[in-house]
Amino acid sequence: MIGWFHRRGWSDIIIALPYLWLVVLFLIPFAIVVGISLSTRTVTAPPIGFGGDNPWVSLSSYARLFQDDLYLRAFFTSITNAFVAMILCLAIGYPMALGLTRVSRNWRNILLMLVILPFWTSFLLRVYAWMGLMSKNSWFNEMLRDSWNFLVPVNWAVTFVPMMYSNFAVVLVMVYTYLPFMILPLFASLERLDPVLDEAAFDLGSRPWQVFVDITLPQSIPGIIAGGLLVFIPAAGELVIPSLVGDTRAPMIGRVISDTFSSARDWPMAAAVAVVLLLLMVVPMMVYSHYQAKGGAR
Amino acid sequence: MEPFLRIEGVSKFFGQFQAVKDVSLTIAKGEIFSLLGGSGCGKTTLLRMLAGFETPSAGRIFLDGEDLADVPAYARPIHMMFQSYALFPHMTVAKNISYGLKYENMTPAQRKDRLREMLDLVQLTPYADRKPHQISGGQRQRVALARALARQPKLLLLDEPLAALDKKLREHTQFELMSIQARTGVTFIVVTHDQEEAMTLSDRIAVMDKGSVQQIGSPTAIYEYPNSRFVAGFIGSITTFAATVAALNGDQVRLHVADFGAEITARAIENLNVGQEVVLALRPEKLHISHDCTLEGNVIAGQVKDLAYFGKDSLYRIVLPSGALVSAHMVNASRGSGTRADWDDNVFLSFDPASAIVLPA
Repeated sequence: MIGWFHRRGWSDIIIALPYLWLVVLFLIPFAIVVGISLSTRTVTAPPIGFGGDNPWVSLSSYARLFQDDLYLRAFFTSITNAFVAMILCLAIGYPMALGLTRVSRNWRNILLMLVILPFWTSFLLRVYAWMGLMSKNSWFNEMLRDSWNFLVPVNWAVTFVPMMYSNFAVVLVMVYTYLPFMILPLFASLERLDPVLDEAAFDLGSRPWQVFVDITLPQSIPGIIAGGLLVFIPAAGELVIPSLVGDTRAPMIGRVISDTFSSARDWPMAAAVAVVLLLLMVVPMMVYSHYQAKGGAR
Repeated sequence: MEPFLRIEGVSKFFGQFQAVKDVSLTIAKGEIFSLLGGSGCGKTTLLRMLAGFETPSAGRIFLDGEDLADVPAYARPIHMMFQSYALFPHMTVAKNISYGLKYENMTPAQRKDRLREMLDLVQLTPYADRKPHQISGGQRQRVALARALARQPKLLLLDEPLAALDKKLREHTQFELMSIQARTGVTFIVVTHDQEEAMTLSDRIAVMDKGSVQQIGSPTAIYEYPNSRFVAGFIGSITTFAATVAALNGDQVRLHVADFGAEITARAIENLNVGQEVVLALRPEKLHISHDCTLEGNVIAGQVKDLAYFGKDSLYRIVLPSGALVSAHMVNASRGSGTRADWDDNVFLSFDPASAIVLPA
């Protein structure tokens, strides 16, 4: 009974399961996407075809991707929005995570609960709540408008504060949505730090902010990278938030893939964009695992 | 003359709990001073108040005539060697040692010289570019020491400096600490729970219990002339007996000890009266065991109940007619002396009146 796990067969099966999962649900679908991206568009169902001409596969979708500035602009918008959201999450999340490590144990549990609490409501519901707040006629918009009009000269007065359907709205909602993904890894890495190291630095003549820069910040880099990737990667491919609150004239890449696939029925083009997006995301992931490996050696 | 460090009526409360109770002491320049006591005796809290990590609830601390009350930890010329060493894991040995110089008003060349001097002092020059996790425990301890000394503190605080080292390394490091102290001339305050560490390192020791200082003195004074049962029991081992003062005779006192069924002579302490209840404390190594009764001085009869032979010495447990047990320690100075007394042998114990410790009950 005790050795059942080590009995030949069982352990192999259990260890193989996650790999099987990865192969069936990631590698095979990804291979299909790569295959589609190399096909040409047809009017058949499914709307793809591999031509009889030579070459057998076609790189025309990739070529178009780099020629048509719709796609390049969409990539640029996505990466800029995701980057700004990541930096804002870091700026807001770092003090919060640091604060979590400095409060009493009871408070820490309550505050951690509050960080995770938004996940208990539907994500869509929360986006709609923001849409309500940002729309022209909401009390929130009127309050902002009145304070603006009160503070600035009369000829700068506005009838409402334009927030909806802009990159501002996208970044705001993404920061709100992804903030916990920044706070939790930051908290995990900051909590591991020995407070005696701070005391040692104080003792050696460093003022509080010097202690932060010299001791706390360099040791929390793995947490910053983990949190940054957990925000940046989903934010760059985000579909729902830009679709609901974003600027339709400057779509993000997730929206472009979705539209190209469903409305335009250009599967090869949509697949090519998806493959490029994935490659773009793999680069920061590799940076992350490089740091992880370095951290593991410590 | 103004003492170098003066702690004046310092107390510390954590809520209702008083960790340090009205401690006053003075420390001279260049001294190695130990705060010795069990866990929770307040020694670490006192050290943290000196470093500036805790604020005294009452009392004042003066260093070189300057009141430290309003001086924050980073501005005190006092550095600490932490028990866990608290080396910065993301910095090399060299960066760790020179960290204290980072915000000092020094030229890069001066910083470099100081680093070289410190690496040399603790013999770590070949390890300058290693990270703390790449060196041994003893080397880490030396990095911590060099880092604390780099800024030339007036006072160095050492929190359990040898506790994390194994036994062999401790002895070596102990002597190294003393020689570095002698070379740099920095005043050391050592916090320790290890009486041997305190005895060998220190010029003077303050024994602490429950937040207050029980006795301050040289290692010899503390060991040979303890002023209370706590100090006598904390440093070395003792066997205690209830006794009554039978007669006073100059600097000697006759004590009636019920467990011995006899009177013995001991060195008197101050403020004794005939009929007073006192405690007689005997250290095992001050007792002599013999088979015959012709011994001089204080002699009591007993029977060997237990004996442990360690080679260079032996420990005996002698049961007295009253049933009380006495520990006696004998050095096996010549061959065969280890077999002087055997189990169940009837023996006589003797001790010099000057060696018997009389303590207030």
